[in-house]
Amino acid sequence: KLLGMPQTPRQILRASPEETPRDANPANVGLELFGYVGIEAVLDQMRIKTMKTGFEFNLMVVGQSGLGKSTMVNTLFKSKVSQKPTGPDYEERIPKTVQLQSVTHVIEEKGVKMKLTVTDTPGFGDQINNENCWDPIIKYINEQYEKYLREEILISRKRKIPDTRVHSCVYFVPPTGHWLRPLDLEFMRRLSKIVNVVPVIAKADTLTLEERAEFKKRIQKDLKAHGISVYPQEDFDDNSDDRILNNKIRDKIPFAVVGADKEHQVNGKRVLGRKTKWGIIEVENPAHCEFPLLRDLLIRSHLQDLKDITHNVHYESYRVQRLNESNLLVLSPINGLLGKDEVESNL
Amino acid sequence: MASSEVARQLQNDNCRPLSLSGHVGFDSLPDQLVNKSINQGFCFNILCIGETGIGKSTLIDTLFNTSFDDRVSTHFQPNVRLRAQTYELQESNVRLKLTIVNTVGFGDQINKEDSYQPIVDYIDAQFEAYLQEELKIKRSLYNYHDTRIHVCLYFISPTGHSLKTLDLLTMKNLDSKVNIIPVIAKADTISKTELQKFKIKLMSELVNNGVQIYQFPTDDETISKINATMNGHLPFAVVGSMEEMKVGNKMVKARQYPWGIVQVENENHCDFVKLREMLICTNMEDLREQTHARHYELYRRCKLEEMGFRDTGPENKPVSLQETYEAKRHEFFGELQRKEEEMRQMFVQRVKEKEAILKEAERELQAKFEHLKRLHQEERMKLEEKRKLLEDDMIAFNKRKAATELLQAQAFASTPSVSLKKDKDRKNFM
Repeated sequence: KLLGMPQTPRQILRASPEETPRDANPANVGLELFGYVGIEAVLDQMRIKTMKTGFEFNLMVVGQSGLGKSTMVNTLFKSKVSQKPTGPDYEERIPKTVQLQSVTHVIEEKGVKMKLTVTDTPGFGDQINNENCWDPIIKYINEQYEKYLREEILISRKRKIPDTRVHSCVYFVPPTGHWLRPLDLEFMRRLSKIVNVVPVIAKADTLTLEERAEFKKRIQKDLKAHGISVYPQEDFDDNSDDRILNNKIRDKIPFAVVGADKEHQVNGKRVLGRKTKWGIIEVENPAHCEFPLLRDLLIRSHLQDLKDITHNVHYESYRVQRLNESNLLVLSPINGLLGKDEVESNL
Repeated sequence: MASSEVARQLQNDNCRPLSLSGHVGFDSLPDQLVNKSINQGFCFNILCIGETGIGKSTLIDTLFNTSFDDRVSTHFQPNVRLRAQTYELQESNVRLKLTIVNTVGFGDQINKEDSYQPIVDYIDAQFEAYLQEELKIKRSLYNYHDTRIHVCLYFISPTGHSLKTLDLLTMKNLDSKVNIIPVIAKADTISKTELQKFKIKLMSELVNNGVQIYQFPTDDETISKINATMNGHLPFAVVGSMEEMKVGNKMVKARQYPWGIVQVENENHCDFVKLREMLICTNMEDLREQTHARHYELYRRCKLEEMGFRDTGPENKPVSLQETYEAKRHEFFGELQRKEEEMRQMFVQRVKEKEAILKEAERELQAKFEHLKRLHQEERMKLEEKRKLLEDDMIAFNKRKAATELLQAQAFASTPSVSLKKDKDRKNFM
């Protein structure tokens, strides 16, 4: 039988006060049920509850201007999430510094409500001197962690802490076909430590299939050589099933995607695609581009996992780092002794 | 909360609702969440409070359709103890880590004033353990084995009259710390009409005394109707049994009497099925959530305020935890320094004392040494004198010896042969 949680007889024993000696079971006993009890109904209860409270998802898209970030987000969520005017007189103004713009929408599908926040980063990598252009982004991500931390350590805290932490950062790599550029490496190196980074090859319709495969291999080699762990990270595979699934995904990272928000007629069906003189690139056709894989990863299968890793790993490491800094003392337990020791070690 | 309310609430947060033009696929989100939870497993902790022999263990066995622990307790416990056991149950693909906490010796003592205290202490200890884990710097909350009590089944004896004072007292002390579900135990001793009156009496007593028992939630449409009906049947009158008898052509769990068979799962006979429905099938998740969101938060707030942390300062300005921390840190630091000073003073004192003692000892030794030296000197002088005397004697003796020899030598020189002859004659004569 799988024991999903680690043995914690120590914790059981520690919890009892001295006045009530307890004969705690040293080993958790696995028992047979003689008949139907109804424990599995808890799954339905959980489902109902989560449908009632709704979900939150915060996505960040990073990449140089013109790589199709806004179109991609619109294609992912099949709606006009990012609104970019597309009139002929419109000139995309590139801001002088990296700015972050967040839009929040509520979308509903089959009774499931989701509050989606998409943060765009216009100006990234567009300047002549792009040094430290990742700093505003890192600052923004850390600010969200800080907000959550402050809410969490309040005395009377809200029943549901609003979660604005960035759950996933999609990084758009320009389809040069050669290697990752220094800017890409620098950015991904820094950010994969604090957030789940999903790299994608943007505008992949400029690469043939062979070029695409070559490019991907080179990118994977580059990432490994620099020790950059992108999502799904190898360290967080829970069990062998997860590992097999994630290995398959890892083979295909980065996904080569094409975004489109116009529909065209193909073989009597209406599909999303880009119409060119030499054919129609169907966005949802796995033979044309890997957009379905990206969508499945981000939304259909790994959304909860993205949120969990953000909460359990990235947020926790931010919290550890923050509480260890000397201007924020750790909250000492009741007898105060532990806190004092930590004070001394921090002095 | 109806779904339109949720949409309105979300709208109030400055976000626009958006319509989708196709299938995106995030309706699989609840399934993703459920799958994750299946992987992690569930945790559920039940506390059973009731007198010895009232049927707690049997009821739990019947509820979960398995036999947990066979140990029967004696009535002679000096005070109330809590005994907790954890079991791993699995039904289809759901793994449940179930902890049953039994009160041993509850209601057996002659003086029952402190009976509820060990229970309150135990519940607080579980909250405390969770709070400490949550406040740690390096914490691992996602695989923390949650031992907080999610539900308390309070067993009321079927007297048919009213609540005992002990019951009231215990429940009043526990209602803000845990979800209480009162059950009438051994309900097969009460007739149907008496049962109705008993239930009404019990509920009115609870309400009059301000005891807040757990109300099944009625805010979700899917379960609100059934929960509302169940709320009207509280407290549940239950009968527990693991023995199976043949009734009709089925084997059912029942208790056999000469006058008939009480079937546990027959809704006409007792409310066991209702209890199982409510406790496990419908509201387990809600019980866990209430424990975490209401009881635990209350405990946490009280505990932190006790320790001196505040959200708002004396002028109602929000005090950041940072400032409180700094203040506490200074306090601790000052305390530390004071203690160090004290110890240093004490050390210096001790050193002085020791030095004085050692000096004293040294002086004594010195005195002794002098004394002995003097004695020694005296001895020596005496011996010197004696030696001198002896030497003088020896010289005198030598002188006399020399003198006598000289005389003898002189005498010998004047009559040397005569004396020889005389000697010889004398010798021959003899």
